Amino acid sequence: MFSSPFLAETGAIAQFAGRFFREGFRPRYEVREFFHQCYVVGYQSLPMVGITGFIMGLVLTLQSQPTMAKFGAEAWVPTMVGLTIIREMGPIITALVFAGKIGSSIGAELGSMRVTEQIDAMEVSGTNPFKYLVVTRVLATTLMLPLLTVLADGIGLYASYVGINTQGTTTLALFINNVLSGLTFAEVLPAFFKTFFFGFAVGLVGCYKGYHATKGTAGVGAAANSAVVVSSLLIFILDLLAVQITGLLGFN
Amino acid sequence: MSPGTLPQPAAAPAPRNAEVVLTLEHISKSFGDNHVLRDFSLELHRGENVVVLGKSGSGKSVLVKCMIGLLRPDAGRITVLGQDISTLDHEEMDQLRARLGFLFQSNALYDSMTVRENLVFPLRRQWLADRRDQEADLVQQALEDVGLADTANKLPAELSGGQRKRIALARTLILQPEIILYDEPTTGLDPITAREISALIRQVQQKYNTAAFIISHDMDSVRLVADRVALLAEGGCYAQGTYEELARHEDPRVHDFFT
Repeated sequence: MFSSPFLAETGAIAQFAGRFFREGFRPRYEVREFFHQCYVVGYQSLPMVGITGFIMGLVLTLQSQPTMAKFGAEAWVPTMVGLTIIREMGPIITALVFAGKIGSSIGAELGSMRVTEQIDAMEVSGTNPFKYLVVTRVLATTLMLPLLTVLADGIGLYASYVGINTQGTTTLALFINNVLSGLTFAEVLPAFFKTFFFGFAVGLVGCYKGYHATKGTAGVGAAANSAVVVSSLLIFILDLLAVQITGLLGFN
Repeated sequence: MSPGTLPQPAAAPAPRNAEVVLTLEHISKSFGDNHVLRDFSLELHRGENVVVLGKSGSGKSVLVKCMIGLLRPDAGRITVLGQDISTLDHEEMDQLRARLGFLFQSNALYDSMTVRENLVFPLRRQWLADRRDQEADLVQQALEDVGLADTANKLPAELSGGQRKRIALARTLILQPEIILYDEPTTGLDPITAREISALIRQVQQKYNTAAFIISHDMDSVRLVADRVALLAEGGCYAQGTYEELARHEDPRVHDFFT
């Protein structure tokens, strides 16, 4: 039998995902805990995502402007930055920041609950811990990351407008007009949809690592760490798949 | 530490003719090549405290986790309150667990919740909608039962080891279970607190007529709480009887525990 740890882990995560779909859509629904998790993973990530989005937009603008000026294409900076942020940088940077903040926190929290028998205690209390802890968190990350990405994109574009105005003067209306002129729905929608998959990956891997943590406090640390590493890697793999699929569909 | 408001403990007679509430028949459980339980059988009667003694690593915790359905035995049958737990689906098992309490060795209190939230959690999970209006009273009663009525708004981290054990017991008691499984309830506690917890176990038995299955190797506690003692050795029930009977046992393997 082929016993590569990598394949075994991949299979185990796939099984975990299968269990999510089997159990997640059957009652009882943990609505209250789901909204609590939306607050934790969504609302509490706002400052981090906002700051990252602002810096991303500003740096991208300030670095590309001199080069574009050399070719006399300064007027294209808003279009280029808009395309870059909305199609790629916004989703991927937000997802990576999200993986670092939320993936690690879910891995550590569930890992700690596992090693201190709190998950067993939940089961003994007549609660399905998979539904209460895993389904709610995975759903929350899947739904919150797209919203955070839209917000980061908006803040990034505003930062780009600020960046352009540090070098010259452009009205907000002209800036927005330039950004929108370079975008079509075929570019915006795939970029938006892939963030659902990024969010799902972060939640699922964080929960998997925490739920199966062993070996005491060292295991909790390992769960948090590997949750970030594996979900970040998965985000890049999913991004690569997304670009291939949109290419096949003629959206690139 | 307050001793609580329950009546003081007294030696309870072993109700051997009472209804059987839990039966273990020929239980076996292995982890790889490690055969932890081999053909273990035991019965528990209503209102009776049975202590299972055994060396560390002898499989006591595995046994108790099999009873609550956290582990599935490889062979044998476990009947709890008339139901064979191997035939129950997840929801039926949840309903049965409402009638069973389990006190973890590590207490397993939810550390992000206050004491009150810890106690309310099992109540709300068990669909006790008709008890919603009694929630505050049930929490207060459970806390008074363990002598910690003023800790409702504290976090587990703010409590001492003995207090955490009491709160874990209160969380177990709040559903008023018919059977309580205690996994080493006095381990890691100082002798005085351990004695208080042992007295509390006896008080709970007397007040609610619960049956208890207690895993322990603290002989002081065993003497205080046991109506019957079973010795787990080589994976099976090596000997059983009252504390006094086993203390007089001639087999050195049994006798060594009592000296």
